[in-house]
This record gives sequence, structure tokens and C-alpha cells, in this order.
Amino acid sequence: MAKERVVTTTINGKEVEFQCQSRQTLLESLRDQLGLTGTKEGCSNGNCGACTVIMNGRPVVSCLVLAMEASYAELRTIEGIGSEAGLDELQQCFLEGAALQCGVCTPGFIVQADALLKENPDPTEEEIRFYLAGNLCRCTGYDKIVRAVQAAAQARKVSK
Amino acid sequence: MSTVEKPAYKVIGTRPIRHDGEDKVTGAAKYGGDVQLEGMLYAAILRSPHAHAKITRIDTTQAEALPGVRAVMTSANMPDPGDRMVDLGEGTINLRHLSERVLARAKVLFKGHPVAAVAADSIHIAEEALELINVQYEALPAVLDVREAMRQDALILNDDVRTEEVGTQDGVADKPTNVAKRFLFEKGDPKKGFAEAELVVEREFETATVHQGYIEPHNATAQWHENGQLTVWTSTQGAFTVRQQIGELLGIPLDKIKVIPMEIGGGFGGKIAVYLQPLATELSRMSGRPVQLVMDRAAIFEATGPTPGSYMRVKLGATRDGRLLAGDAYVAFEAGAYPGSPVGAGCMCVFACYDIPHARIEGFDVCVNKPRTSAYRAPGSTQVAFAVETIVDEIARQLEMDPADFRLQNAAREGTRRVDGPVFDRIGMIETVEAIKASDHYQSPLDGPNQGRGIATGFWFNAGLRSAVTATVNPDGTVSLVEGSTDIGGTRTSLAMQLAEALNITAEQVAPSVADTDGVGLTDVTGGSRVTFATGIAVVDAAAKIRQQMVDRAAKIWECDADSVSYEDGQLVGPDQQRLSFKEMAQRMAEMGGPIIANGICTEAKQAGAYATHCVDVEVDPETGKVQILRYTAAQDVGTAIHPSYVEGQMQGGVVQGIGWALNEEYYYDDQGQMRNPTFLDYRMPTSYDVPMIDTIIVEVPDPNHPYGVRGVGEVPICPPPAAVANAIHDAIGVRMHRLPMSPPRLMAEILRCRGNKD
Amino acid sequence: MRDFDYEMATTLEEALVLMSMHEPDIRPMAGGTDLIDHVRNGHLSPERLIDVKRIRELNVLELDDEGLHLGAAVPCYKIHGHAEIVSRYSALADSCHIIGGIQIQSRASVGGNICNSGPAADATPSVIALDGVCVIAAPQFDREVASADFCTGPGQNVLEPDELLVEIRFPPQPPHSGSHYRRFIPRNEMDIAVVGVGASVQLDESGQTFLAARIALGAVGPTPLLASEAAELLVGQPVNDETLSLAAEAARRVASPITDMRGTAEYRTHLVGVLTQRVLRHAVARARGEAIEYQPGH
Repeated sequence: MAKERVVTTTINGKEVEFQCQSRQTLLESLRDQLGLTGTKEGCSNGNCGACTVIMNGRPVVSCLVLAMEASYAELRTIEGIGSEAGLDELQQCFLEGAALQCGVCTPGFIVQADALLKENPDPTEEEIRFYLAGNLCRCTGYDKIVRAVQAAAQARKVSK
Repeated sequence: MSTVEKPAYKVIGTRPIRHDGEDKVTGAAKYGGDVQLEGMLYAAILRSPHAHAKITRIDTTQAEALPGVRAVMTSANMPDPGDRMVDLGEGTINLRHLSERVLARAKVLFKGHPVAAVAADSIHIAEEALELINVQYEALPAVLDVREAMRQDALILNDDVRTEEVGTQDGVADKPTNVAKRFLFEKGDPKKGFAEAELVVEREFETATVHQGYIEPHNATAQWHENGQLTVWTSTQGAFTVRQQIGELLGIPLDKIKVIPMEIGGGFGGKIAVYLQPLATELSRMSGRPVQLVMDRAAIFEATGPTPGSYMRVKLGATRDGRLLAGDAYVAFEAGAYPGSPVGAGCMCVFACYDIPHARIEGFDVCVNKPRTSAYRAPGSTQVAFAVETIVDEIARQLEMDPADFRLQNAAREGTRRVDGPVFDRIGMIETVEAIKASDHYQSPLDGPNQGRGIATGFWFNAGLRSAVTATVNPDGTVSLVEGSTDIGGTRTSLAMQLAEALNITAEQVAPSVADTDGVGLTDVTGGSRVTFATGIAVVDAAAKIRQQMVDRAAKIWECDADSVSYEDGQLVGPDQQRLSFKEMAQRMAEMGGPIIANGICTEAKQAGAYATHCVDVEVDPETGKVQILRYTAAQDVGTAIHPSYVEGQMQGGVVQGIGWALNEEYYYDDQGQMRNPTFLDYRMPTSYDVPMIDTIIVEVPDPNHPYGVRGVGEVPICPPPAAVANAIHDAIGVRMHRLPMSPPRLMAEILRCRGNKD
Repeated sequence: MRDFDYEMATTLEEALVLMSMHEPDIRPMAGGTDLIDHVRNGHLSPERLIDVKRIRELNVLELDDEGLHLGAAVPCYKIHGHAEIVSRYSALADSCHIIGGIQIQSRASVGGNICNSGPAADATPSVIALDGVCVIAAPQFDREVASADFCTGPGQNVLEPDELLVEIRFPPQPPHSGSHYRRFIPRNEMDIAVVGVGASVQLDESGQTFLAARIALGAVGPTPLLASEAAELLVGQPVNDETLSLAAEAARRVASPITDMRGTAEYRTHLVGVLTQRVLRHAVARARGEAIEYQPGH
């Protein structure tokens, strides 16, 4: 028991190797072994969305993914949104729209909203709210977050 | 909307992007749980499975022997701090009770009460070690209901608790009790007032325990250095109070402790008292390694500081033409395991919206076998607002008066004396009601089936307390602003904006940072809606000193009297129209006397208080009892909005917390005192899909105590929502709710009961 | 978390061999969204988890003459994103669209939901209402169990320790049929069902008379329940308020809910009546080909 295995995976476009135990979640490995602390832990049972990452093109709560399941998967975390060239539209709209206060839920929301806009580039307010229902925010009351996502949807259309 | 002619501010009222924003949207910002140190151990806490029990034996030998375990501690490793009160900045607590709450001694008083702690090479080993700790308990019956706990024959939780009388002449009683404090405030002659009243309404209310629900768990990382210094990294609302609490609880001199406040993922009053920091500190000392402790979500619910559940009885008497004559309030708050609920504050707020000539307020701070409560955004005010604003609505309806007009007629204003004594300075109660009355929301028709509209008003004092800042001018014309107010909602930017306004430079020219306890003067907690106000005063103080230093330097350059130099629009203006810009002066600092640095402090200032009036439309499903929020408008007197987006954000956040409190949030206890719903699945906070956009109306009645008229905005927005929603439900289907939350099963039961009564 | 081994099975044979070696301390894992939570809070302590997500048979998603073949590991998002399932097996799509939120739907499967065997499961009532059949693989004999008989108690089902749910097979949907799943929750999403109702109806060509119906109730008994009497009351009857009301009444009689932190027994029983009518109306509308608005959770 408690033996470790090496997992090979791709994170934010880069191939990465790390060692983990079976009982470690992807969230744990991202934060503790890979130093990618942008993904946050809020509840550890999939109810708050703060740990959201993209796995093989789909948003998942990484607290309910075993690290070993990431083997040969394609992962994208908040660190992979935007680039040296600049912030992503979502990030920019969150800043301009003051869509964050304490900011701890923000990485999860941005990753989730990114997944939404890729699936549905022109969502209604109701569609945005439904898609984000798995991400809890206690500070903002969601108003400015939803508006930021709407603004980002517009910005992405313009930049196309 | 502003009520006075507003100065033409250059920076105040604009919406710059916050200075820490980029870090937060890229995941670069470091919160307490992100700290990683070489050789760091991970710790876990063993918690009591019983709500009330004596600890008869703890055996940690097996746990200590588990490979990978580096330290195990119990209360035997904590000194007895003595029986003293300590002021946390938003509430006080007896030091011995605080110590026992951090780690139980002879008794456990709530389910989840920490009993032992382990530090190990990995969190998994630490958790395995917990299972090897053998604790023997002698279980006792749990006291869970506030009225039951107040009875003469109730089982006593703490042998050392005596009833302290506040507001009366009676002093401290001598009998062991669960009632730690009794408040009594009186004004005028309530008997006479009620006798003269033509309409009297008295109702009983109950509210359930509710949690702040911050998304980031509590955390602490502690490291002892070779030179005997201790560093603690933690997410907290007050680095200085954490330092003080650690020092007091463990007997460590304050000058040996440095507390570094990391970014904080929400607090709302719940991250002021310590839970983990002393344990991490002691485990680190025992093991010789840095130790990190992070709380899991169940422990956060069960074992931190939610806001009190309550039992209240409120009576109001009015004349037929809608004048309030008399009020009586009986308010009993559950303090939890140890004394110190915010019932005093609740008593001060209960009638604070109105000018009532005769009133009596009695409040009780009561111990029960639940986690010891903590501040939660305007602590105590939401509970009492639920009671009073419901009755006000009932009276207004009976008198067939518009509820807004009723409030205007009876509104507290400058010069009104609050029942507990203080006289109001300039306040904006009336202006917020007028704002709602004039709003598009209030003026729009609402006539769908089972739809209804309700309004309510709330009040919070807002704190002053102490803050210190240091501002340093840099040669490139920027200013580094070091302050000690941990930033939960964007205050580092609103403080930078105030500095920028005072110096007539841009907000982007200011680089704000939150310092640790070694890096800045004593600053009280980020709480009480005080940062933009009090730390703002300190900032403006520092700015004035910088301006003066610049004037003096310019006078030297121009070889004239300092009196001939003025500071205008960010420029130094001397004789013969000589000018130097702020940046030019900064560039010449080194040659002209060295660095320009100023400290600013705030120690004495007090706030005048904040009001909010909200309006909500709901739709009730009369077959299921479910309530949908259709539309919400919040009007609030903010004094002067420094950064309107962040002011709006505070209003919207408080509203949604209030909606959760109104409709679905509660601690569900079984009769053994076990909380059955310590997860976000069953502790139901609103999601984005549960609420609409929250419209805000910023009302500006400047507070005369602040140079820019700022009032604290963070807390009062949570006060009106439960009452507003209750009033809207009544408007929709004619059912009055007197218990929180107004969850579907409860509302449905009331709907059926009312239908039954009609038949 | 308690320690365990993790093994990825690439074929069905491999999975069955692994499971028979280590029974009973072994658990198959698809999306893992319930399983990992159970292991973390000590509810379950398997020694080994077998990841079955890559097994071809468990990932089937096909419609043919036999009906719908739904592999046990197919994640929810694929189901509610599949146009034909949305139109022909609507209740299933309804369930998959509200289970746990979008992130959970990326991983969680209907097979997993049924095998977790929660009394308040959101997929099971739809599966039962659509008369799904559970196809089970075992070392000795494969077998099939009607979905209505699959769950036997809270967290319990008919699977032997060495058996694996491979697929759920749904019969083809006749013309003029429609189905719907709806649950009552206190918020609008992210909650466990207080009461869930799945119903499938078949109408005659005029859309005025019931030819067949199946009604399944969730969260009002130790397992999801097939309300056969309620459904039978509809057969041959006209579609109107009275018949719907009688069916709802019969559904209420079948319900045996408990009082817990999510609702009282009385409240749940009351909701069964309310929800059954609403779900039947919606299923009827779909059977008639009517466009109908539905806001999940409201």
C-alpha cells in the first residue's frame, strides 16, 4: 500500500511527469506536487467548483478526479488561460467589470466560463447562470460575474 | 444619488482596475493554503464526536509511533492562559475559553470540538494517525435550544459562567448558568407608550444558525526560526489580532511573532478569532519543522464560528395615523459553547431604524452545545431586522399605509436618540427609503399570480478602531502605500484611490501593499466595515504630511518661505508662478533632503452609521412552497463611494448572502447535537442560478467624520433581505413567516395550515 | 484518504478477472464522482478501484432496432448532448442535464448513478420509467435485470461482488410517446432530490388517450419505486385533469418517504402528488409533439 506511481500527462500544453499515490486527487497533485496553486480547494466533494480544471476538453472538479486518472490526459488549469502575450478576454472582463472580491473562486469561474463560451459562444443570461451553478461565490452575489461573462462573449466575437 | 453637492473628485468615484487584480485572475495570487516551505509537515485535528462530554482519557502513544508522524499534541501541551478577557476587534472572548475552544481540556462542548492534533509527513499519514488516538469520553446530554438553556434547571455547559448584567445596576450574579450576559436598555415609559397605542402587534421569531460560507478554508502555516522567532502565514482578517491571540494563548512575547497575512478567500467576520494558528505553532515547535494546517469543509461548519440562532419576541405599538409610540424586544441569542454572541449589538440595532419615544430591549447571551459563534457581517443586526421589519410591514398593512411612507414617517434621523443611548449623527435612513420609493422597481407594476413585493430597512453602526499606514514617495513619482488592513474585497485599491485623490495623482501611481505585523503600525481587523473609513483616514493623514514635506522641499528649491508655496492639483506652485509637478519633485528628492515618507494613523474616529433599504419581488409556488427571486433592488447610504464597482459588489454580495439566510441556509441538528448537513450540498447557499441580477442604488449622505464622507459599506447589505423576502412572500400569498429559513417545507406547512384555518 | 490500489482495465475480460480476484474489497469506478467521495469520508473502504472508463462495451452509445444501448460508463454530458436521445428518451436527457452540475456531468454516468443506488438518484427514475434493462457481465453467466428491480436498498443493488454493469438497454420508443424527469429541490440546481418523478407515456394518434404509461418515483423510499398502479390507472383513459389527479393520488399511496434534513415525510408525500401531475403533463406534451418550456429546478 501507499506505493507511488509516475504519471505522465500534459498540462497547459506541456508534457509533465509527477509521482503520486492512488489516493491522491488531481487537485492535490496539481497544488502540492506541481506547484500549480492557482486551482483552489474549497470543499473537497465537488460542491463548490473552486477546483475546476479542463480535462480532455471538459470542465471537471479536480477534487473528484484521482491523480492517476490524469495519465496521458490533456489538462488545462487557470495558469494556462491567457499567455505571455496578455490576458484572455475573460480575465480582462473580470478585471474591468470588478467581477471578483476576495478572488478565491475566480480561477474556477474563469476556467468554467471558458468552457461555456467554447461550447456556447453566445449564451443567454439563463444559460450562463445554469452553466456556472456548480461554482459557488460568496462575495459577489454573481451579478458582476455574469456580466463579465457576457462582456467576454461579446469581446470574443469581435476579436474573431 | 448624492444628497449634498459633491466635490469634483478626480479619482474618487472612478473605477480603476484593482492593483492585485491580475494576480487574482491568473491564479498567481497566493492564499494561505498555497504556502509551501521546505520540509513542511501537514497537520490534522482529531475532533469530538459528541456535542457534550467529559474527556476522561486521551492516549496518543499509538499515533506517535506511526511512521511519518512528527508531533502529536493535546491540551496538555498548551499553557493555561488564565481567566481574562481579550478584545478581538469585533467581539471579545475570555482567554481561557478561547484556549479551550482551540483545544479542549476537560470537556468537549460541541461536536467537532478539537481534542488533539497531529503533524506528519503527509496529510494522509496525519489522518491515519488520528484514528490511532484513543480518547475516552463520558457523554452528557446536549443542550441545544436557547430557551431550554436559559431555564433554571438547565444542564450547565461552563461552570465558570455567571450572568453579567449590562445596562442595569445589577452587576454579576453568582450562580453557574448558561446565560452569560443580560442586556437591558430602556427609553421613556414603555407601559405608557403601549397604553396609548391604538394598534399593538407582538410576534415571536426563531432564526436558525447560519454560517458565513467563505469559500476558502481556514489555514495556518507556522515556522520557528533558529533565532527563536516565529513566523505564521495565515489567511486572516487581522494579522495583529492573530499575533496577539497566539502570544496570549501560548505565552509567547509579541516581539517574537511575525504574522504574514496571505490573500484571504472571504471572511465576513469568521476569520478573526484563531482556530489553527496556535496548533500549527506548537506542532512546529515540537517537531522542529514548519507545519501547515488547513481545515476541511465539515470542520469549518461544525467547529468555527457561525452566527447565532435566536429566539425573539418583539412588540410594536403605533397610532392609527402610523406613528410608532412604543417598542419592546426580547432577544435571546445562542452564543454556542462559550459566551460571546453579538446579542449586545443586536439589541442596539433592533429599533435603530426608527424614532420610537418609548422602548425596552432585553437581550441574553446564552451558551448551548453548538460551535461558539463569531461575527457574521453586521452581527446580530440581520436577526433583529427580520423581526422588526416583519412587524412594521404588518402594521403598515393593517393601517393601509404604503410601507415606505410608514418608514419615512418614523425614520431615525440626525438627533434621534437610540434606545441604548447614543444620539445619531448625520445618517441616511430617510434617503435610502426615498431612493427605493422613487426607484423604477418600486414604481413598476407586479401583478402575476403568486407574485409579491416586499421592502425592508437595516442598520449597522460601522466601526472606527485603529489603523496605521506608511507612504513612501519613489523617485519615479509613484508612491508605495504600506497598510495593515488585509484586503478581502478590494480595499487596497480604494485606499490607493484616497491617497491619489489627496495628492492629486492617479490611482495607478500608487502601489498599495498589505504588510505583515513587522512591517506596519498596529492596525485593527478588517471588519466592522471600517477599512475604507478608518484606514482611509490614516491614508489621508499620511497624504497631508507628504504634501507638507513636498512644500517644504519646494520652498528650499525656490529659496522662499514655505507659506509662499502651495500644493494645487498635484503641483507645487511657488512665487512668480514657478511650478514643479509631483513627479518632478519626486525626482529631485535625493538631492533635496532625502526620502519623502509619511506615516498616517487613525485612532479616534467613529462612524455615524449606515442604512440600507431593499426591495424584492418574489414568486411563490403555492403547491411546493418554493420561492423564486424575480427582481431585487438595494439602496444603501455609502457616504461617498470611493470605487463604485466595489461598493456595488459589497451590496450585491450581502444581498445574496441575505437571500440564502432567508430561504435555505440553516444548521440542521439532530437531537444528539450533530450537525447533519456540514457540506455545501446540504448547507444550501445560493448559486448563480438561484438569483437574478441585483440592482443597486448608491445613496450618498457624506459621513462628517471622514475627510471624503466615506461610510462603511460592507455589512449593512445583509440586514434587510430576510425581512424583505418575508414581506414579499406575504404580499404574494398572504402568508406571514416568523421563522428562518423560509425553506419550501416550512413555507408549504404554513400555506397548508392557513388553508386549513380558512376552511 | 484511506489507501487503495488503482488499476485501469482496458478490456471487459480484464475487468472481470480483476474483480473476481479481489472480491469483495474491489470496486469498479467510472466517473468516480460518488465513489471518490465515499472513500474520502470513510463510507466505503475498497482495497482496489478498477477504472472501467476505457472499456469499449461500457462506452457504447447507439440506437438501433433494439432501442438505445447506453454503456454504463458513458458520461452524462454525452447523453444530454445527443439529439436523438433528447427527442426520443427525453427523461434520460432531463436527468443527465441536472445531475450535480456541469462539472459532475463531464464524468458521472447513468450506470454509475444506478450502481451507487442512492434512494434519491436522479437517473434511476428515468431509467425505470423508460423501462431500461440492466445488462450485467459476470465471470460465469451474464444476466439481465429490469431496472425497476436493480436497486434493493440504500446503497444496495443486485450486483454480486464479481459482477459489472456493462450497459443499460432501452426499448425503442413507440410513436406518440414522450417522457420527462423532474425533481423538487430547495434551490434551483446542485441539490439532492427531495422528490424525483420520471414518467413515460404513450398516447393514441389523437393524443387524447393514454395507451401506456410508466411512472417511477425517487427519494420517497429505500429505492426508487415503480408506481405501477398509478400508471395502470391511466391506460385507456383520456388525458384530462381528473385522470392525472387520480394517477398522482395513486403515486402518493406508493410513496414511503422518511423525514430527514431534506424534507419531512408529509412534505415529500405531498410533493409526489404535485410533481407526478406536472411530470405527466410534460410527458404528454412531448408525446403530442408540443413545444414546451421547462426551466430545470424551477
